Amino acid sequence: MTYILYIAMSFLILGLIISAIRFVKGPTAGDRTVALDTLTTIGVAGLVLLAYVFGRFIYVDVALVYAVLGFIGVIVIARYLEGAL
Amino acid sequence: MENLTLSDKLSRFILNWFFLMIVWIAFTSSFSGQELIVGVITTMVISLLSISMFTCCTLAILSPIRIVYMLWYFVVFFVALIQSNFDVARRVLSPSLPINPGIVKFKTKLTTNYSKMVLANSITLTPGTLTVDVIDDTFYIHWIDVKTTDPEKAFTEIAESFEKILLKIF
Amino acid sequence: MEILEIIGGILILIGSAFLFLGALGILRMPDVYNRLQAGTKATTLGAMSLIIGVGFLEPSWMMKSIIIVVFIAFSNPISSHALARAMYKRKRYPIIKSEDKDMDAYIEVFQQEEEEVKS
Repeated sequence: MTYILYIAMSFLILGLIISAIRFVKGPTAGDRTVALDTLTTIGVAGLVLLAYVFGRFIYVDVALVYAVLGFIGVIVIARYLEGAL
Repeated sequence: MENLTLSDKLSRFILNWFFLMIVWIAFTSSFSGQELIVGVITTMVISLLSISMFTCCTLAILSPIRIVYMLWYFVVFFVALIQSNFDVARRVLSPSLPINPGIVKFKTKLTTNYSKMVLANSITLTPGTLTVDVIDDTFYIHWIDVKTTDPEKAFTEIAESFEKILLKIF
Repeated sequence: MEILEIIGGILILIGSAFLFLGALGILRMPDVYNRLQAGTKATTLGAMSLIIGVGFLEPSWMMKSIIIVVFIAFSNPISSHALARAMYKRKRYPIIKSEDKDMDAYIEVFQQEEEEVKS
């Protein structure tokens, strides 16, 4: 079980690093926002996994709030880029 | 706002109350008396205030045959979601990036806004397609591997299996 | 008990692998729309699978896991749709490999608007 968690964690960290590279490189604001969306989703999944590793239920609530806030953030940025805000 | 009869309003109110109560129980994940009482009062006030906003459907949506169709829709959608993930994995992992992107359009027979929203979200999660815009009954779809630019053939390829079930639900 | 742990472990592995593939997709794809395609699909199923897997490992968390999964399944397509439309309205047209003119059907909406402004 421990090894499965190690493997999953390393996949998540690699994913975070790769999307952070796209976040820095991204030629336009849209590319950066896509990277931000991916970072948020991976972060939510990572928080739920950490909640299991540390055995703390409260981290799952943190993940839920982070998912809601990340979604609202991406929608606001998209509306701003569209010129409708 | 269209004119609503009293039974329409009542039916929407009860449906909203029911779903908000389910969400409340899932959020608190406890069945103790105090939480349930607060939940009943809060969800009742919210659904009273939002009768004119959540106009999705009436209590008729809970008829058994529609629930069977909803479960069937869920199965179809889930199979398509898994297929699309293996599709993405194949494209991302192959060294030559086999893509041929383009935007196609097609017309749908759905009329209500909520069913169009469900169809657009499903199309985004199915293999190789992404909804770019919905104007009236025309869907504009970004397709990662365009097979045809003809609207009707694109419709059969992308959306027909979902729309058949959605027409029966809504 | 044992069987639940096995199912949960497998789901967590699949989920983390798909999350990684989604991140790889947004790094490798050539333009915004293709990045959205890869990013949205792979991360949605990846996060769903991983969170349900944790729910199998701790059955008392299942309720909350399902709430997060339903929310992610609803919100990810909506945000990608909003981003795709915003980028098109900022005139970042998708790259098209073939010579066919009909490949970009969406541009007709904007051409109509321009003609209305001119006339």
